[in-house]
Amino acid sequence: MITFDRVSKRYPGGHEALSEVSFNIDNDELVFLTGHSGAGKSTLLKLIMLMERPSRGQVMVNGQNLKNLRASQIPQLRRQIGVVFQNHQLLFDRSVYDNVALPLLISGYSVRDIGRRVRAALDKVGLLSREKDMPITLSGGEQQRVGIARAVVNKPRLLLADEPTGNLDPALSAEIMTLFEQFNQVGVSVLIASHDLALISRMQHRIINLRNGKLITPGGQAGGS
Amino acid sequence: MVGGASQSRARLSDQLRAWLQHHRLSAGDSLRRLMRNPLASVLTWLVIGIALALPVGLSVALDNIRAVSGGWENPAQISLFLRTEMSLGAAQQLQQRLNEHDDIAATRLVSREEALAEFKQLSGFGDVLRNLDDNPLPNLILVTPRHAELGSGQAESLQQELEQQAGVQRAVLDMAWLQRLNALMQLSQRLITVLGAILALGVLLVIGNTIRLAIENRRDEIVVVKLVGGSDAFVRRPFLYTGLWYGLGGAVLSWLTVSLALWGLRAPLSTLAVLYQSDFSLQGLNAGAGFSLIVLGALLGLLGAWLAVARHLSAIQPR
Repeated sequence: MITFDRVSKRYPGGHEALSEVSFNIDNDELVFLTGHSGAGKSTLLKLIMLMERPSRGQVMVNGQNLKNLRASQIPQLRRQIGVVFQNHQLLFDRSVYDNVALPLLISGYSVRDIGRRVRAALDKVGLLSREKDMPITLSGGEQQRVGIARAVVNKPRLLLADEPTGNLDPALSAEIMTLFEQFNQVGVSVLIASHDLALISRMQHRIINLRNGKLITPGGQAGGS
Repeated sequence: MVGGASQSRARLSDQLRAWLQHHRLSAGDSLRRLMRNPLASVLTWLVIGIALALPVGLSVALDNIRAVSGGWENPAQISLFLRTEMSLGAAQQLQQRLNEHDDIAATRLVSREEALAEFKQLSGFGDVLRNLDDNPLPNLILVTPRHAELGSGQAESLQQELEQQAGVQRAVLDMAWLQRLNALMQLSQRLITVLGAILALGVLLVIGNTIRLAIENRRDEIVVVKLVGGSDAFVRRPFLYTGLWYGLGGAVLSWLTVSLALWGLRAPLSTLAVLYQSDFSLQGLNAGAGFSLIVLGALLGLLGAWLAVARHLSAIQPR
């Protein structure tokens, strides 16, 4: 699903965020990406989303070499990827329902299909009863679940998460991780960046470890799931 | 079930429907946003409306002046100065012959005595003229041509023909004042066009700046939409509709403003017309011109929004 081939990213100013990173994530795999803050986790996710382009090396996502994608094709790539952010990036001027509906609207689903899918996604994260509420009235954990519902509502084959449990207490964090496992069990590839080592080491999944932009875990190792 | 393995995409055949759906949603949503902030929106509409009303109103006024001056069908007059040796009787015969000419609507003979008396009265040189032994003025026939539209050259050719007549010293075509009026109206037309262009540019900048602020206010939303795969066109659309609503609303307001102003002028103008025994009535903005105004306003709104969007939207990227 994701292949990095000797990927380096050097930002203007000379800081090398990633150097010579190679790894492969199979279809249906759930992988944790960990490392100290500033190790390059966010940069790695941004390369998959084409929010940044690599300085060297190649990134393949779902069979596409991202090097060949023009700027106008980036939206099409992003529609195939569900993303969950640490600060969930919800829009506070509209209801929970409208937040989750946004990717479907962008992909051009009809209003009736949107209603069905949004309710299914909200049901999955346990927030069906809150669809008419504004995000500001929800707790931090609930807001994060709305963010997850928005990420999966389009049924992407790849789900990325950047510190999805960063602001949550351990119980809520475990709950969120369980949600990701459930999506993974129905065939979604999941890559979760997290520095919550205590939590992710309890879960039996492959861990990619970054230190100062370099990979310190062999990438070819099989993940257990 | 959410999270199924199959990647779902809207079918290609649904793309047109989806496109129309987003246009509808964007149009409605941007209008609702304007209504949610009525004071700011109305102020913007007023600025646009007044800026458009000024050239439109002046243009309507000019059209009315043109209608009035167009009512003078035979504005030109040809003065035939007859040879001094020609007697009054011969002059009267010439006048009768001219009256039968197809291209002549009317003639008036001014004898040299009448001319002298008139000149004495009007010029103030009465005493000087009284000392003259002889009357220096010739007999004069004033000829009104039947066809004398400006630029047609018919009055000019009649003038040349009359100058060839026996006994005619000189034929003078007096169209200068009409040409001056015409030039003045062309100048006014040009001034209104220039003024209109400047004000249209102002409208463009007002709308552009308003849209720029709207983009700034919705920066977070734009970032999120781009992150979840919104295309540039998708992001652009609501702002273009916002510009369109500003332009349309402004144009409607300017139509109202001009109509109100004309309505206010109608009564005093008709009083004036009665005093001049004219059947003149004020012409307002007709439906065609009003429609053009609306279309122009919509285009200005769209263009202003487009300029702002092209300038500011690409700068907002998820980081």
